[in-house]
Amino acid sequence: MSDQDIEQYKITTEPFYKSQQDEVSLYQAAYDARLPVMIKGPTGCGKSRFIEHMAWKLGKPLITVACNEDMTASDLVGRYLLDANGTRWVDGPLTTAARIGAICYLDEVVEARQDTTVVIHPLTDHRRNLPLDKKGEMVEAHPDFQLVISYNPGYQSLMKDLKQSTKQRFSALEFDYPIASVETSIVEKEAGIDADTANKLVKIAHAARNLKGHGLDEGISTRLLVYAANLMNKGIEAKSACRMALVRPITDDIDIRDTLDHAIDSVFA
Amino acid sequence: MTDTETMTKLESYRVQLKCSFEQIDDVFDDCLEEALLTFSEQGVKDFLSGASLVCMIGRGFEPVLVYMEELPQIVQHSDESMLNVISKCVWDLSRTPNGKSILPFLQSLPEAARRLGSTEQLQHYIDIVFDMMKNTTRSIHGHIDTIPSDGLPEFLNQAPYLLNQLPIEGLRNWVDYGASNYRNHPERQKDYFSLQSADSRAVLQRERHGTLFSDNERKLNLYLKGLWQDSDHFVPYSMGWDELRKPIPYYDSLGIRVPDVYDDKDGIRGIDRYRATIAHIAAHRRWTEAVFADNFSPFQRIAIEIFEDARVEYLSMQQYPGLHRIFKTLHPVPPEGFCNAEKTSCLRYRLAILSRGLLDLDHGYKNADINDFIGRFHKTMETANTTTKDMVQLGISFIARTKQASDSFPNVIFEHTEVDYRDDNRHMWKFIEEGDEEEDFDDKKQFERDEHETDKLPPRHYPEWDYNTKTYRPDWVSLYEKLHYKGNPQIIDQILAKHDALAKRLKKLLELLKPQQMVRIRYQEDGSELDLDVAIRSLIDFKSGHTPDPRINMSHRNDGRDIAVMLLLDLSASLHDVPEGCELSLLELSREAVSLLALTIEQLSDPFAIAGFHSDTRHNVRYLHIKGYSEHWDDDVKARLSAMEAGYSTRMGAPIRHAAHYLENQPADKKLLLILTDGEPSDIDVDDDKLLIEDTRKAVEELSSKNIHTHCISLDKKADEYIGDIFGKNNYTVIDHVEKLPEKLPQLFMSLTR
Repeated sequence: MSDQDIEQYKITTEPFYKSQQDEVSLYQAAYDARLPVMIKGPTGCGKSRFIEHMAWKLGKPLITVACNEDMTASDLVGRYLLDANGTRWVDGPLTTAARIGAICYLDEVVEARQDTTVVIHPLTDHRRNLPLDKKGEMVEAHPDFQLVISYNPGYQSLMKDLKQSTKQRFSALEFDYPIASVETSIVEKEAGIDADTANKLVKIAHAARNLKGHGLDEGISTRLLVYAANLMNKGIEAKSACRMALVRPITDDIDIRDTLDHAIDSVFA
Repeated sequence: MTDTETMTKLESYRVQLKCSFEQIDDVFDDCLEEALLTFSEQGVKDFLSGASLVCMIGRGFEPVLVYMEELPQIVQHSDESMLNVISKCVWDLSRTPNGKSILPFLQSLPEAARRLGSTEQLQHYIDIVFDMMKNTTRSIHGHIDTIPSDGLPEFLNQAPYLLNQLPIEGLRNWVDYGASNYRNHPERQKDYFSLQSADSRAVLQRERHGTLFSDNERKLNLYLKGLWQDSDHFVPYSMGWDELRKPIPYYDSLGIRVPDVYDDKDGIRGIDRYRATIAHIAAHRRWTEAVFADNFSPFQRIAIEIFEDARVEYLSMQQYPGLHRIFKTLHPVPPEGFCNAEKTSCLRYRLAILSRGLLDLDHGYKNADINDFIGRFHKTMETANTTTKDMVQLGISFIARTKQASDSFPNVIFEHTEVDYRDDNRHMWKFIEEGDEEEDFDDKKQFERDEHETDKLPPRHYPEWDYNTKTYRPDWVSLYEKLHYKGNPQIIDQILAKHDALAKRLKKLLELLKPQQMVRIRYQEDGSELDLDVAIRSLIDFKSGHTPDPRINMSHRNDGRDIAVMLLLDLSASLHDVPEGCELSLLELSREAVSLLALTIEQLSDPFAIAGFHSDTRHNVRYLHIKGYSEHWDDDVKARLSAMEAGYSTRMGAPIRHAAHYLENQPADKKLLLILTDGEPSDIDVDDDKLLIEDTRKAVEELSSKNIHTHCISLDKKADEYIGDIFGKNNYTVIDHVEKLPEKLPQLFMSLTR
């Protein structure tokens, strides 16, 4: 591995993150002990942003893998590819992270099949190594290496859950949408809009979050609030921006749509 | 003009009226005077000749009197052409057996004219009356109408109320529904047109103008939940039946009472009026604390209520500024100085002005006291954490400041004072002394009812499609669901033993159908794994200078079945028939077939339910539960299946709809409803064969819109004539050799779900 490769995974500018509670110090402690960390929370509440922020703060490279159903163990570990001279081994993201001492972040890990997830096991306990059976190599994890996974316990079906044996290898942080005042300042800072508008956006989000389980799988996330604010910054009128960014993406249910539209009209009068 | 001249003029008019009842003479002068004031000269002529025509029908003096008294009013709301139209109508009516309806008809007209407000609309109304009469007047031998319409007088008596509730097209639909459904039931027809029967009210509700609560219940629940983090039952009350005292929204421990319908008002949509009501109530629930009422006079209490209403609205508008527009539009604007304090009690009016002023900053009221209190209110509200107690103070001092001697006068002005989205504030007061209005007998009743509820399921009501009118008859069919009683499960085991060979054959077929969990897909350019065989072949090609095949990867795919099945058995009496050349009755054959099918599906482990149905008129459709989705193919189910009995008729629509509501809740990707029947839909209370066929077709359409596939297996050899119309071209199978059914049914199922 060349140094160039490591540099591309480093985060150079500080990602904006506003801590909600003591999650920064908790994570710091987990990293110091090199404990694998699991982050749970609804979509768009700042899980990925938190990890980016921590990687920046710790000055470690971050390798993110978005997990999906078609992902196999070789997508994580690496595989042989063909080239003009025959076959050539290429490391997967997990192997690379273990070699260079990066934080490997498996986003939405339950989307991957359970048999795929098992390959991370040796890296998450005292062994801290990764056997590449196809290549016949045992990769010892770099002392800086840490594994982080995230998932959203809210909307996944019964079929999608982590194995007990996987769960019990992690320490866990649970995230939720920030309290109103914090969320307001996040939207304000992230999208660069005034506090009053940010406050109104948060109010609409709260109305939608109350409807979770009544036809909505997930409430309006902080991320969507930022989108709405971005649209407003581009000169879109507030109500239309909210409809486009907050309501239309999350529901096809006419009753819920009407109720949320009314909430927008009530808040942005 | 001298008196004698007037007399002669009057007499000349009296001569034009060819009617010699003495009673007419008494009032002729007065009626004519009104007519002369309202009508043109030609109008007066028409008026008199019209009255003469009404007199000629030979039904006494009363119709003539009513005609003469009411027509000037009617013409004011339409035009003079009505003079002739109406007298002609009365004449036409008198030529039918419906003579009794002439008076109610004439009496319904002034109200109709006032409500409808135009000549064309009034003409529509008259057309509706005559169409209805034509459709409900019956004859004995078919050509001459001899029996009067039973519903017509009832309908005419209800007409003013109906016109108040329904737009004219709605009225037509309502009348047509009753006239076509109860043509041959005189008593039912009367019930319908006098608004006594349930479906008459149901259709009325459907045709009503405005925003119906029932259409928007979910939205309102979501509104309460989403914007107010609150939830409670909504209990709609009817605005229609009580003309004198309109009920007001309120809430108590049993739920939130709201009107069943809101019309749009001043540009505020009905749904927003509901939201305003709910916002007001939710605000009370959040911010109002009950205070003891015993120490306050009634005047003080209403003043306190006004301030408290304003306070909770103020707080809710802080949260949702958009409410301000709605509240402001819905709140009446009482003009200042409208109330005369010398003669009437102005307290209510004064408070309405205050209420408006508290809500609307641009109120423009001049009264110093009002303005002072508006100022004090806003000053109080600017401090955070106001409570109901602050409003108590304001209310008491407002009454002390503005009290007038006339406040206790009995005359009260109600105009401009009704704020119809606000509740009656009964929750605001608590009493040290319990009143004697406690209604504890209600609680007892509730208890008694609870005891019986476990016995059986309450009936479910389903609509039925009427192809004649292209409408649903609301809540038309009552369906009772119960467990099928049990027999001996061994019978089924014996059946299965008898068909052992067949069962084995089916099992082999099943093996082919069983899901193979992981399926390898080869020859993929992009895949999860390298397919070594292909890769080596490509490499050889490459090295030897040929173009290599780039599809050297393979991937895996999950192949699973995800089908939920519902088998609906027609258990009507015809199942007892033994078809030609068979030893077993259709019932026994079906039982064998169902047993084999159930065994098959159990092996495939698809979610599967069985139910039977038969009907005895629309009031008693029975839905017999044989196997549920959560039950296995065990002795309980076998026992129920073995006791399968046939009886009654085949009303298919409601059982299909009922089965669909179970199937709908299954999480499977594909949903299949299998119907096993031996004939076309029919029931003893329906004369028109096509009606139930069309209803069943409609039910199948409803299902397919819910993503449920319906397939019918018919044992009726003549089924081809109608079955395609019901289920669609490819969605049915007619089994000609009924004795083959036990073999055919599972095979059919497998081919359907392959």
